[in-house]
Amino acid sequence: MMTIGKAKLGLYWACSCGGCDIATLNIHEKILEVDAAFEIVFWPVAMDAKVKDVEAMPDGSIDLMLFNGGIRTTENEEMAHLLRRKSKILVAFGSCASEGCIPGLANLSPVSSIFDVSYSATPTTENPQNIRPTITWQAPEGELHLPGLFPVLRTLDQVVPVDYYIPGCPPESEEIAAVIEQVTQVLDGKASLPPKGSTLGAGKSTVCDECKRTKNVKEIHQFVRIQSLERIDPELCLLEQGLPCNGPATRSGCGALCPQVSAQCIGCHGPAEGVIDYGARLMSAFASVIASNDPKEIGQILDGIPDPAGQFYRFNLAKSLLRSGRQAWEGLEEGK
Amino acid sequence: MSERITIDPITRLEGHGKIEIFLDDEGEVANTYFQIPELRGFERFCVGRPVEEMPLLTNRICGVCPEAHHMAAAKAADAVYKVTIPPAAKKLRELLYSAFFVTDHTTHFYALGGPDFIIGPDAPVAERNILGVIHKVGLETGSQVIQARKYGHRVVEMIGGRKVHPCTSIPGGLTQGINEEQRAEIEAMGRWAIEFAQFSLKIFNQIVMGNPEYVEMILCDAYTHHTYYIGTVDENNRVNFYDGRVSVVDPDGMRIGYYSGAEYLDWIAERVEPWTYLKFPYLKKIGWKGFVDGKDSGVYMATPLSRLNAADGMATPRAQEEYERFFSTLGGKPVHQRLAIHWARLIELLYAAERWVELATDPEITSDNFHTVPTEKPSEGVGIVEAPRGTLTHHYWTDERGLVTKVNLVVGTTNNYAPISMSVNKAARDLIHNGTIITEGLLNRIEMAFRAYDPCFGCATHAMPGKMPLEAIIRDAHGEVVEVVRQYC
Repeated sequence: MMTIGKAKLGLYWACSCGGCDIATLNIHEKILEVDAAFEIVFWPVAMDAKVKDVEAMPDGSIDLMLFNGGIRTTENEEMAHLLRRKSKILVAFGSCASEGCIPGLANLSPVSSIFDVSYSATPTTENPQNIRPTITWQAPEGELHLPGLFPVLRTLDQVVPVDYYIPGCPPESEEIAAVIEQVTQVLDGKASLPPKGSTLGAGKSTVCDECKRTKNVKEIHQFVRIQSLERIDPELCLLEQGLPCNGPATRSGCGALCPQVSAQCIGCHGPAEGVIDYGARLMSAFASVIASNDPKEIGQILDGIPDPAGQFYRFNLAKSLLRSGRQAWEGLEEGK
Repeated sequence: MSERITIDPITRLEGHGKIEIFLDDEGEVANTYFQIPELRGFERFCVGRPVEEMPLLTNRICGVCPEAHHMAAAKAADAVYKVTIPPAAKKLRELLYSAFFVTDHTTHFYALGGPDFIIGPDAPVAERNILGVIHKVGLETGSQVIQARKYGHRVVEMIGGRKVHPCTSIPGGLTQGINEEQRAEIEAMGRWAIEFAQFSLKIFNQIVMGNPEYVEMILCDAYTHHTYYIGTVDENNRVNFYDGRVSVVDPDGMRIGYYSGAEYLDWIAERVEPWTYLKFPYLKKIGWKGFVDGKDSGVYMATPLSRLNAADGMATPRAQEEYERFFSTLGGKPVHQRLAIHWARLIELLYAAERWVELATDPEITSDNFHTVPTEKPSEGVGIVEAPRGTLTHHYWTDERGLVTKVNLVVGTTNNYAPISMSVNKAARDLIHNGTIITEGLLNRIEMAFRAYDPCFGCATHAMPGKMPLEAIIRDAHGEVVEVVRQYC
C-alpha cells in the first residue's frame, strides 16, 4: 500500500450502541501507536472532522475505514456509500456492520409494529392522537426533517462492497490492537494484505477450541435455563451441563470470556471460519449431541430451547440465509 | 420566516441529534426543535426472548453504559420471578456498578465537560480538550485519568466477565462470585480511586469555584431552570445508584413522594412528538404543559444534580461533607443551575469510590452464595437503577415460561430530553437577537447547556456523551446559506 506521509484512518458509527468505539478507546497505550502510524481523518466520537470534510476528500483517499453499526436509516445508507467511495479499504467493524447484531432482531418485526409498540402500546406512552414521527413535518415555524427507517436493518456488505470483517460485540481491544499492528506492518512493507473478504483480528476456529472447560463425550438429555441450575460447575463444559452454549458455532478470538465466567457463549463473534449460515451450523452442532434417536424425545429435548429464532440467530439474523432470498429492504417505509 | 438556523451537533448527515432554530420577522427566536433521528425498536424485538437474556440483549442499547442496562434488566428479571437474590449477589452487583460510576464520571469530567471550566469557555478551541486539561493541571493527571478508567474497567471485567457488555447477572443473582485474591485487588484499586476522587474535587474547587467569573457563569439565569427532580434514595433518603426507591421533589425542593419499581407507572408518562423519534417523559401526576419551567409543568430532570436535590444526603462520610459544602455554597436546596451538574457529578464520583471500598471490604463479598434458584412462576417485574445520566427503568411482562411478552423502557438520558430541549431553547433566546452575529462563542454557550447533562443518546440513539462539535448554518428566506460557523469541542 503506497501512501504519501501517514496513512489516513477513519472510523464511523451507523446504527450501533457506541460499544465498538469504547472498545477502540480501551486499547489504551496502543492508541499512541495508532497516532504514530495513522492520521485520523474522521472519527465522530473522538474528533471533529465533518461529513462535509469527507465529501471534499478525493475518492479513495482514506486508506483504512473502520465502519461500525448496521444500516437502519436513509442516513446510515448515505454514509455507507460516501465512505465506500472515499476509502481504499472498507472494514465492517464489529457485529452490527458484519452481521446485524442484536438490532438485527428487529428484522422479525415490520417498522409499523415497532412504531405501534414504541409510540402507542408501551404503558408510559400517552398518545391519544396516535402521533407518529414523520419524515417531513410542517411545524408552525417551518419544515422539519427526519431520516426514514428501512423495513429491515442491513449489514454493511448488503449495501456496499466490503473488503474485510472484524467480528465481535464489541471486538475485544486485543483484537483491535492486532489489526492495527497487522495494517502497520503492511504499511511498512513487512507484510501484505490478506485476501479480500478475510476476517481480521479474530481467530479462525471456535470458542469451544479456546475454552478451558473440561470436555467429555457430549450427550445432552435436556437443555436447561441458566437460572434453574442449583450450581454451575465451574470446570465442566457448559453444554454438557445442559446450557445451550453457542461455543461450537462461534468464531474464536475472544478467549471464551463468557464461558470462563460460567455464562454461556451467546455468539457475538459470529460464525467460525468457513461457516455460511451461523444458525444452521449451531443447529447441526446441537443436533449432534442430543442423546436420542426417538423423534418424540428429540422434540421434548428441543422444547428446552424456548426461543429458537433468538438462540440460533441472536447476532446473525440480518446476515443469515433466512433473509438473503428476500429483498425486504427494497423501498423505504416512511414514518406516518 | 426571515431566517432559520440549523445547529447540527455532529453535522447533518451523521445527524445524531440536530437543533433547528427558527427566527421570527424581527429576528428574535420564534422556536427551537432538538431532534433525535433514529429508533432501533428494542421494546418490540425483545418480545419472545427468554427473560434471562434481557441483561445481555439490553446491554446493546448502549455501549457507553451497558452496565446500567445490565443491572436494570437483571433487577427486572429478578422481579419477574419474585426472587430475592442473596446478599452477596446484591453487593457484588453494586460493587461492579460503583466501579463503573467511577470510570464513567471520570471520563465525563476530564475529557468532556471539565475542559470548559479548567481551560475556560473562551479559550482557543484547540486547547479546550483533555490535552489542555493535562497541560493546565499537570501531566501526572493524564496518567491518573487513564488509571481511573482502567481500574474501573478491571472491576467490571472481574465481576461482570467482560469490559464492555458484562454477562454474569442472571435471574436470582450471578453466575460467579469473587475469591479473596480478587477482593484484595479490588479493594486496593478502590482506595486509590478515593484519593483520585478527592483530588478531582480539589481541582474543581481551586480552578472553578476559586474563579469568580466561573461562579458567576454557573449561577447565571441562562443556565437555570426550575423543574422537578428525581433520584433513587436508600431507606435513610441518601443517594444510592443500585437500589432503593425513587424520590421526587418539586421546584421548591419539597418532596412530593416516592415510588418503587412497581409504582413507576403512577408517576411517569411519555409524550410523542411528530418531529423526533425520541419520546419526552414527564411526571404524570403533574401533566404535560409543554416545554416550560415551574410547579405546574410535569417536566423533571434526572442527573447527578437531580439525585443530590432529591436526596437528604450521601451515605459515605467524605461525600457527605462535600454534599453539605455544595448546598451551602450554592444557597441551599434545591440547586437549579444546570452547570452545577458538573460539581454534583464529582461528589458522586467520590461517593462511588467510597462505596466501592465499603463493599470490597464487606466480609460477605467473597461468599459463594451468589445465586438463588427462582421458584415462583414468572409474570411481571420492574427494575430501576440510577444510570450515570439519570434514572433507568426496565419493565418486563412474561408468559409462564419466562418468555417476554411486553417491554417498557424509560432510559437515563431520555428523562432529560425535555429539560435539554428547554436549556437549548433558553440559551438560544438569551443569545440570539435581531442583528446578533453568530459566533463560535455563542455556539459554545449553547453547547455548554447541553454538555452539563452529559447527554448519551447512545441510549436513545448513539451519540457519545457530551462530545458534540457544533455547526450553525444560517440561511436566508430563500434557503441560501449566508453564513456557516463551526466550533469544535
